[in-house]
Amino acid sequence: MLSKAIEKTQPSPALAMIQKGLSKGFPIVIGYLPIAIAYGVLAKQAGMSNLDLTLMSVLVFAGASQFMAANMVIIGSGVIEIIIATFVLNFRHFVMSFSFMNRVREMELKWKAPLTLGLTDETFAVSSLHTEEAKKEKGALFYATLMFIAYSTWVIGSLLGGLLGDIIPEALGQSMGIALYAMFIGLLIPSVKKEWRIGCVAVIAMVSNFLFSQFLDQGWAIVLGTILGGSSGMILLKEEKR
Amino acid sequence: MILAMIIGMSLVTMIPRVIPAFVVDKLRFPNWLNRLLNAIPYAALGALIFPGIMNVIPDKPYVGLIGGIVAIILAYFGLHVIYVLVGSIVTVFLFTL
Repeated sequence: MLSKAIEKTQPSPALAMIQKGLSKGFPIVIGYLPIAIAYGVLAKQAGMSNLDLTLMSVLVFAGASQFMAANMVIIGSGVIEIIIATFVLNFRHFVMSFSFMNRVREMELKWKAPLTLGLTDETFAVSSLHTEEAKKEKGALFYATLMFIAYSTWVIGSLLGGLLGDIIPEALGQSMGIALYAMFIGLLIPSVKKEWRIGCVAVIAMVSNFLFSQFLDQGWAIVLGTILGGSSGMILLKEEKR
Repeated sequence: MILAMIIGMSLVTMIPRVIPAFVVDKLRFPNWLNRLLNAIPYAALGALIFPGIMNVIPDKPYVGLIGGIVAIILAYFGLHVIYVLVGSIVTVFLFTL
């Protein structure tokens, strides 16, 4: 009897993880919605049908590359060219996935493999700053939930953009372009406050990305900037406690 | 043609994302590589923020930078990410009026 009463007052671990995923994923939803709508509008202008532009969000789930593809369709680029450019731009997710998978080793492969498919810049950033969940009971549900709401927002927002056109006033839409950057900053600063060397790692990545982007594709510049910043962290963050 | 493009884009995006799930399971990394991989999230955040933030309003790079500085200040004072978002959106909005 007593144990039953206790069970009732404590929410199940699964439910707790889902709730936490919803709460940590919410900023991504706010950031994605206007961008997804803007993508839908652009893809429509590129001559894609609502089915095609939504299918792209379903199957690719990588915002920057989808914008790029729509723009390349508009200027008449070839399919192979677009696919290669997509590979280059999204290759950073390979590096991110390596880092995330190394952090969640404890999790079963049946969870890890599907979760990698939900990795974007944003879901990676939020997930990577909450790696302790991987060790907890039902922790995979935390990542799955935050990725699922990000993914749903991305897909639904794209369709809305295609169906309704620009439903967000231009000035507001433009202003909301800062949202994801603000989220990245909001995620980074608390870590920097705890350990100033983390700020050095981020700044080294920023500067190297900026320098590389002067003569390389944006995709390679981000990959190299991230690896260079990470390498500096290898030296700077020696005594990091796990 | 569009369908071939979408499927091609999906493959070149999803395959690099999923490969590490299978590779990491089979390998034990040396300490230095673990440290590098653990620093990747912070490095990635840096590379994602700058210089991209200057393109928020493409012909006015300073607007993105100011929005970023507001975000830094709000986050520094320990505000929840949502308020950091709202604060920087409002800042940029005021600059576009």
